[in-house]
Amino acid sequence: MSETMVAVYVFVLACFIGYWVVWGVTPALHTPLISLTNAISGIIVIGALLVAGFEMGGFAEGSLGFIAVLLATINIVGGFMVTQRMLAMFKKKR
Amino acid sequence: MTTNFLALVYLISGCLFILGLKGLTSPATARRGNYLAMGGMALAILATLKSPAVSGLGIIIPAVIIGAAIGAVVAKRIQMTAMPQLVAALHSFVGLAAVLVAIGTYLNREAAGALNGVLMGELAVGAVIGAITFTGSLVAFAKLQALVSGAPVNFNGQHWLNLGLAIFILILSVDFVVNNHFVSLVFLTLLAFALGVLLIIPIGGADMPVVISMLNSYSGWAAAATGFTLGNHLLIITGALVGSSGAILSYIMCRAMNRGFISVILGGFGASEEEEGEGSATRAAVEKGANSAGVEDAAFWMQSARNVIVVPGYGMAVAQAQHALKELTQALEAAGAQVKFAIHPVAGRMPGHMNVLLAEADIPYDQVVEMDEINHEFATADVALVVGANDVTNPAAREDSSSPIYGMPILDVHKAKQVFVIKRSLRPGYAGIENTLYYMDNCSMVFGDANEVCEGLGSAVREAG
Repeated sequence: MSETMVAVYVFVLACFIGYWVVWGVTPALHTPLISLTNAISGIIVIGALLVAGFEMGGFAEGSLGFIAVLLATINIVGGFMVTQRMLAMFKKKR
Repeated sequence: MTTNFLALVYLISGCLFILGLKGLTSPATARRGNYLAMGGMALAILATLKSPAVSGLGIIIPAVIIGAAIGAVVAKRIQMTAMPQLVAALHSFVGLAAVLVAIGTYLNREAAGALNGVLMGELAVGAVIGAITFTGSLVAFAKLQALVSGAPVNFNGQHWLNLGLAIFILILSVDFVVNNHFVSLVFLTLLAFALGVLLIIPIGGADMPVVISMLNSYSGWAAAATGFTLGNHLLIITGALVGSSGAILSYIMCRAMNRGFISVILGGFGASEEEEGEGSATRAAVEKGANSAGVEDAAFWMQSARNVIVVPGYGMAVAQAQHALKELTQALEAAGAQVKFAIHPVAGRMPGHMNVLLAEADIPYDQVVEMDEINHEFATADVALVVGANDVTNPAAREDSSSPIYGMPILDVHKAKQVFVIKRSLRPGYAGIENTLYYMDNCSMVFGDANEVCEGLGSAVREAG
């Protein structure tokens, strides 16, 4: 099996996991769900780090990498923190 | 750090993300879920930084510090009513990052002499999805922030133009893959930027819950596509999780409006929302046969009620009335009433919008009930109080098969003994349809700003009690 085929396997199976996990999320938390998925889609920072940290990269690659890391970090930190802020507000009746 | 060890760490991160999402099954476990996901992210980033593929931290450290500072400040300062805008902005960042990573990866692989057809195809896909996510989210942001009108923008041949653009992008992608023309990659990215704008402008303001969910989904697919180009399974897993999450939310939102996903995407539904003055509103109400009540009358009814159900809508968010509503709830509870909140899935501008605003006002989440669970309770409710919601309470959706919203699930507000609707005027809601609820005998309109009326009701009930 080629590398690409393995990637397709991983992708399809992960879609199934996502499907089942997300249907279990309570509708009350759909906004935090969006902000949390937003934060974890900041995982694109890995791609950004690889571009920014590439040994043979020149100025163009460096600049692209810099901006990409910056944007992805805003996403990660902003996404997790705002999710935390929202979740802290959900309280049960005393 | 060996490749296998790195892959193992990525696997752990992926599992932590899944457990993190699983935590959102209930508010009680949600915070732990968020921490698990944070842990997964920290692991993945540290492992990547330690891997031999990242040679220097020179430009990385400042980028991370600046990004983290901006993210933290925004997350702390943002108003809860502005969450839809924030989310749209964050989606756009993922999209742009995906575009930059695609182009940067191309340049790197070109320099290393490691290009091949499959990789280039994946790069083109990543750049296109990223670019559409980027500009589409910017348009959504501008509409939500009221920088541009929320009304749909339509013109002749719009869908043909989009189709033409899509075909042109496809041709450029083939040229890029076959002939290794970097300029084609750049051009197809620019065209995808244009396509992102064109796809979102025809969609009206109140369809925003679908747009937000859809762009959430796109941002996931963009991350997954990047994962394919880099052969990185963590990116693929995470992208698939986010992509399917957004897709499910889009589906739930469409179902709650009884509209097909395609019809929402093609857009053109819903005019701009203008309000008439309050004086003329009362006159119009009488002419049309609707009852109107003053704050005092409504408060008089409410203070003797045992069961009260509040139905919040986008109007509550606009008027920031959630805190006044909390005061009113406390006053009613002190007078011996049981108060619940009924949430329609598409109330507000994003999925779950109302729940967050009510939670912000310290209203316990076990008092806030979803449509399917609470609908049978309206029949035994003494008072239903509608705060800035319209179409989702329209009985025509059930009874009038000629109504454009026929078949849309609604909250059965009209079954309550007495209904009060807080609204600025009788003007039809977003769907442009008269709400037959307003002309029913058991319904009275309370005209005014939602926040002021709720404050008035709260103090009137408290004084009487």
